[in-house]
Amino acid sequence: MCAAPIAACASVEAAGDELTVALGGDWRITGPRPAWEELRAGREPQRVTVRVGGVGKWDSSLLLFLFEVQQWCRMAGAYFDGEALPEKLRTMLGQLARSHETSVPFDRSQSFMETVGTATLQIWQKGREIAYFVGECTLSLVKLARQPHKFRWRDCLHEMQQCGAMALPIVSLISFLVGMTLAYTGALVLRQYGGDIYVADLVGVAMAREMGALMTAIVLAGRTGAAYAAHLGNMKANEEIDALSTLGISPVDFLVAPRLLALTLMMPLLSLYACCVGIVGGMAVAWSVLDILPVAFWVEMLTIVDLSDVLSGLVKAVTFGVIVGLAGCLRGLQADRSAAGVGQAATSAVVTAILFIIVADAVYAVVFDILGI
Amino acid sequence: METAAASAQPTEVPTIAVEGVACGYDGGLVVLKDLTFRVTRGEIFFIIGGSGCGKSTLLRNLIGIHQPLAGTVKFNGEPFQYHDPAARREMLKTFGVLYQSAALWSSLTLRQNVALPLEEYTALNHREIEELATLKLAQVGLTGFEDYYPAEISGGMKKRAGLARALALDPAIVFLDEPSAGLDPITSRKLDELVLQIREMFNTTLVVVSHELASIFSIADRVIMLDKASKGIIAEGPPRLLARESRDARVTEFLHRGDRLEAAP
Repeated sequence: MCAAPIAACASVEAAGDELTVALGGDWRITGPRPAWEELRAGREPQRVTVRVGGVGKWDSSLLLFLFEVQQWCRMAGAYFDGEALPEKLRTMLGQLARSHETSVPFDRSQSFMETVGTATLQIWQKGREIAYFVGECTLSLVKLARQPHKFRWRDCLHEMQQCGAMALPIVSLISFLVGMTLAYTGALVLRQYGGDIYVADLVGVAMAREMGALMTAIVLAGRTGAAYAAHLGNMKANEEIDALSTLGISPVDFLVAPRLLALTLMMPLLSLYACCVGIVGGMAVAWSVLDILPVAFWVEMLTIVDLSDVLSGLVKAVTFGVIVGLAGCLRGLQADRSAAGVGQAATSAVVTAILFIIVADAVYAVVFDILGI
Repeated sequence: METAAASAQPTEVPTIAVEGVACGYDGGLVVLKDLTFRVTRGEIFFIIGGSGCGKSTLLRNLIGIHQPLAGTVKFNGEPFQYHDPAARREMLKTFGVLYQSAALWSSLTLRQNVALPLEEYTALNHREIEELATLKLAQVGLTGFEDYYPAEISGGMKKRAGLARALALDPAIVFLDEPSAGLDPITSRKLDELVLQIREMFNTTLVVVSHELASIFSIADRVIMLDKASKGIIAEGPPRLLARESRDARVTEFLHRGDRLEAAP
């Protein structure tokens, strides 16, 4: 036996086929405890007797040790003598043995065919949900046109401030850097042919037709789309969406329409602003690196950039705004009612928005080419 | 404050000693002040009172989520809130907390929820942790639900799983915040029985925040009653004694309704 009942300890005494294990000390789950295999030291007793007379304080740590010994005895065909154990300990040991035997892993695995089938059905289901949601939003906007006094203008103005004015700093920074990058990249090629001045054309056309709208949309997908998804997802988890439904108020009218309208209105304005800032960024590089004066840059740019370029950029911006708003709100309303569900909704909103933005951009490129715009 | 003593005050160091504690929030909002009480080892101690009186605020101050505005909270004679992080971590091992919403981690199964404290604070191997987590879930009657996620079980089961997680490290003190809230009377009764079993098994000290009178009268050894208006303790003692002998209208109004409920068939 060990002397002081402080740390969990055990000693063994072998007599023939019998092994007596004497336990002592305080057995705490957060502290170390003796290992049965080390105590056994390769012996194969036919009977194991456990004495706990020297044990001070104990908890599940002692229970686990006894269970380990008991399990070893069962496997080795030895007799486990726990008669001397206190009643409480024997009861708990019985509970542990029962929970060990009755615990059956919950099988969530699926066969290959089941997985493919489920995934296919989910794609079909999600497609239907998107179509249904877009239909609901359209009806909501029709309702807005018919009964504008019933629209939640205050919420819409708040959202316009959030997704528009509050996004100006990040849109400014990104657009300025994109304009600079375009100018640097263009200069690399154009300088070889002595066409430095055409950097202005490149930057102007790229920002007006493409990059202004695209970069703004990507920034807003990450900033506003994710925020919409998280907000609505959290409202769903808190049963706030259910509360609206039971009041007979359409969550789309109440929550989605103001956000969608705000984004649709703000996106072209931000896009136009991003376009201007991007051109300034390109101008700054042209002036500092290529020695092209801003006036020369401006004059050259106007020879190629016309209103159709700006308008095509604005048309794209409106579309991208609708996509970001729809993706954010849809994913938020589809979110699982848990913290993980809200996180997944936010991620999914960004991915969905960027995917559809790129698809829409490609479609516009083809359409504008056919129309000769 | 009114005090009803059922037995002689114990001379041992109290498990929890609250001395002159004031609780509140940023901006100078004081919810409770001058709180002094002791909880002894193995006691089932209830913090009771009407809604908004500061029960949960006091609990958050006891478990260190919020710092008291004044006073000290001592566990086994050791002040909790002024300890360095390493010492606090050691003390936290001796706590188990069941939150009002159960606060299970939604991305983990019930078994993983219970196993996490064991992985963090013990040197047990994976198999032992699984065994112990399964046992803890079995003790709260959740055999067969080990691999379910919190979103897949009912509110009562979440509470029991939260309790299993609170008990994972066999803590000396378990705090329960409104354990019966939102549960049906039968589930609530079973939870009360579970609390008694926990005390029976390890002589655990249980601090329960509740205003469920059925629970208070069936399992509480001693209660303190908080009052919103006076921002402090207005009664302390065994609940039946307080219900019988208290002359404070606020206490009798609160507790006598419980007697009528108990007498109901």
